[in-house]
Formats: sequence, C-alpha cells, structure tokens
Amino acid sequence: MTALTFTLKQRPAQRVDLSPLVCQKLAGLSPTDIAALELDSGKRKIRVDELFTIAGYDTQQIVIKNSYSKLDFIGKELTEGQIRVEGDVGAYLGLGMKSGTITVNGNAGLFAACEMKKGFVQINGNTGDFLGAALPGNKMGMKGGTVLVKGNAGERVGDHMRRGVILIEGNAGDYCGSRMTAGTIAVMGNTGRYTGFAMRRGTLLLWNKPELPATFNDCGSHTLAFLPMLFASFKGFDSKFADTAAVFNRVRRYGGDMAEMGRGEVLVRL
Amino acid sequence: MMIINGVTIDKTFAEAFPMKATRAIITAQNEKWAMISAQAMTGFATSVIACGCEAGIERVLDPSETPDGRPGVSVMIFAMGGKGLAKQLETRAGQCVLTSPTSALFAGIESDKPIPLGKNLRYFGDGFQISKVIGGKRYWRVPVMDGEFLTEATTGQVEAVGGGNFLVLAESQPQALAACEAAIEEMRKIPNVIMPFPGGVVRSGSKVGSKYKALGASTNDAFCPTLKGITKTDLSPEIESVMEIVIDGLTKEDIDKAMRVGIQAVCDLGAENGVKRISAGNYGGKLGPFHFHLQEIMA
Repeated sequence: MTALTFTLKQRPAQRVDLSPLVCQKLAGLSPTDIAALELDSGKRKIRVDELFTIAGYDTQQIVIKNSYSKLDFIGKELTEGQIRVEGDVGAYLGLGMKSGTITVNGNAGLFAACEMKKGFVQINGNTGDFLGAALPGNKMGMKGGTVLVKGNAGERVGDHMRRGVILIEGNAGDYCGSRMTAGTIAVMGNTGRYTGFAMRRGTLLLWNKPELPATFNDCGSHTLAFLPMLFASFKGFDSKFADTAAVFNRVRRYGGDMAEMGRGEVLVRL
Repeated sequence: MMIINGVTIDKTFAEAFPMKATRAIITAQNEKWAMISAQAMTGFATSVIACGCEAGIERVLDPSETPDGRPGVSVMIFAMGGKGLAKQLETRAGQCVLTSPTSALFAGIESDKPIPLGKNLRYFGDGFQISKVIGGKRYWRVPVMDGEFLTEATTGQVEAVGGGNFLVLAESQPQALAACEAAIEEMRKIPNVIMPFPGGVVRSGSKVGSKYKALGASTNDAFCPTLKGITKTDLSPEIESVMEIVIDGLTKEDIDKAMRVGIQAVCDLGAENGVKRISAGNYGGKLGPFHFHLQEIMA
C-alpha cells in the first residue's frame, strides 16, 4: 500500500492544528472519512480536503508535503506508525508522542517532542526553543524516546526533561538542559549561556567546553565505561552520532547544579 | 552390556531435578581481573545442600561478545527457587563483583522474569548513583573509588536442570582424577552448563539420607572403596577410587551433551589408563524427574 499523503494546497493565514492526522486516529477510516475530518485553524474549522490533496491509503505511513511553519501538533500523541514531513513544521511536533517515528525534512518550531514518552523523532533542519521540554506550567518534560536534530536547537533544550535521549548535531541555545530531572542530551556543536541551569540529575554530553553557571563544580577527567555503550545505541541512526569516529570515553566531568540537588553532570569531551 | 575402550557403561541413569538459573557477564580491564571477579562470585557454590546455590564459570568471552567491549567471563548461578536465586545473585554480585577492581556487570540471559542484578546494588552509591537507559535497558553507574561501577539493573531468570552427573570408577586415585580432568576439559567447551564442584570434580558423592536424623545427605557408601567389605557395595574388587562430575544446565539437552563429551573423554583414556566403569548417581527415582540414561547418552 502506498503511504497516505497529504499535500498542502495553499498556506492558510492562521495556524492549523494537525493533531487529528495521526496514524492511530486515521486507522480504519476511508479516504472519504479522512477528507471530511475537520481541523482547527484560528476560530474556523477547515475540512482536510479543503487544505490538502489526499493520495494513498496506508494510514501507518503518513506523508505531509509542502508543509510550512504554521502546521502545529503534527504527530500529537502518536502511538504507532510513521509520519514523514516534507517542509517545515510549526509548534508542538510529536507532543506527548507514545510510540512510532516522525521525520521532518525541514525546520521545527517551538516545543518539538515536548513531553514525548517513547518513539523516535528526527528533525533534519533546525528546531525552536523548548525541544523535549515540559509544557508551560508542567513539571515533567520528555519521559522517553529519542530525538535527533541535525541542525541547531533553540533555548531551553530538555527543560524539565525526565528520561530519554536528545541528540543535537549542531548548536544548542541558552539554558540547555535547564531544570533537567534525568535523561541525556548530547550536543556536538556549541551551547549557549547558563548550560545546565538548575539541573537536578541527568547528563549533558558536550563536544565543546560550555559556559557553565558558577554552581557547577569540576570533578576532574575520567574514562567512563557507559559512554561507548551509549554511542553503540546510536549505531542505527542516520547521523554523525552513529559514526565510529564520534565515539569517545574520556571526558571532563562537571557536577551540578549545586544550587539545585546537584546530581546532574556535564561531560565534556577531552 | 556397553563397553567403550574397555570401560563398562552401567545400565543406569543419573537423576536430576528442576532448578532456577541465571547468567551474568562480568567484564574488566583485562581477562585476568574479569576471571578473578568471576571466581570470587562463583566461590563457595558447589552444592545447594549448604551453599544456597550452585554456581560456576561458563566460559571466557571475547571483547567482541561483551556489552562494553572489554574482556569478560560469563557465570551461571543455579538455585532451587527464584527467591533464593535472586538473593544469591545479589549478595554475590555485591560482595564479589562490585568490589572487584575495574569490573562491570551485565545480564547474560533474557527472560520474561527479570531478577535484580544491579537494581539494588545501586544504593551503595548513597544517592550519587546515576541511572542510564540505553537501548531500552536500564543501567546503573555507581561511583566507586576506582571510578565507576557500571551494572545492568536486571538479568533473566529461567527454568533449568540441576544435578546431572556421572561417576568415574578407576583402579587408582590418580587415574580417576586424570580421567575426570580430561572430561572437564571437554565439558567446559559446551555452552549452557556448569560443573559447580571444585575443578568440576566431586570426590564426596552423597546418597539421600543418613543414620543421623539431622542430616539429609551422607556419604555414598556403596561407592566408597574403603568400605567394600563391610557395606552393600557397588564396587568390584579392583576399583580403588571413584569420582563424580555434577552438571547443571539450562536444559536437559545441554546436560546430555556435556555428559556425552565428558564420558567420551574418560573412555578415550580407557581401561589401559585404569578407568574401568562409568556409573551414575541413581536414587531409585526419588531425587528428581529428569533421568539421564548413560547407555542412551553414549549410544
């Protein structure tokens, strides 16, 4: 079966909530049913076929073409299947995602993969602030799964993150790993100011020396056995992280944030 | 009657019983230290009669076979019940692997019944321990004085078979031992089995029961050469020494295989090296439901 493909006809002025277009909600629906679904856009409701040309049948493989930065909530609470997006996406990509795979061949907006629980998100461009974070007011960010960003990420990557892995091939903005409770964030490029701010537990794995808050303490240089195993788990990814040349186990360890519970760590490649 | 190279194979069977088993992988900076840790972990674990479990080294692992790419050793532990197994695994891992320089500890078997490996050892970290979920498996990094002790949270528990055995009857003690050594060398090449006694060989095989009420097992007098004249002996006049090899394995087939290669190695030495008979610990079907018929195994 061919992938169920939604090709955007024109760009609406208002943002569009695409959360109904996830594999589990479309499973079992006929093309006519899918075409008649209504999407929220500003104060209006728009039929799916008004916005998209629909082709293909396989609801386990969804493709969104001509996407742009106002299409929000793509893959919200996805529990199965694959979603591939050609173009940019708006905010809340993969919000609360429970399983499955999302690939974006473009940039993502704010709160991508936020409160994600399981599954895999790959963003081949850049992503906005609060990647893998908690929604405003919530205390738990990403709880599992893996996010791979090939470009740069905005500020507050992994804010309140609880578990899971965030991999960033480019740079990350200010407050990377802020208020993290646990989990792993790896950044190959540079990080902004206040890296690890108010971090409780968790690991920031960095290729370049960050500007750390004064409340991070140097714990010295170490060879850590878990690092090669961590890298081995990235092997299947289409990423620089899967490259054997990227593997290292010697790091400088900084513990903090001592202004918080101080069980977090920033590991910097030596 | 079955005779191989002058060695009589008795028409009898060894009795074995169901056990619970687990496997763990110990790695270290080099094979020497992985082995030291493994030997400590599987020490004092010859028999469930008084050790709480039976444990042994299954084999040495190449760095390419271990989770962290370092030299390693796989160890197996067998116990009568799941609870006892979990307790033995945890105390042994805590006292013998956590303590051993450069060691790391990983699961060696998968099952739908996970039992704690490092799950509780992590508390040694006094709050400084760090959990990492890698590839869906949880690991613990426990800070220790030589760096970090890395351990997987759980390993698997599986149904297994314990107590497979055979007896080597020889004309002298050195000849019995030499035959057993040859057998053990071959049997160690078989996966999924351990021979838990010292060096794989036991010289004090037991029978069920005793004249003393407090004891559940006592010396197997029918096979004690010094008692030939005063007890209901199983030995012919020329037998001067008997030794036993006990095998625990994941399945009956694994034990079958180990017994076959072991008995074959003994028979290869043959009557000219003083080995006269192969028998087995047969308790009239009282000990356990798994029966290993020697002649069928060697057929």
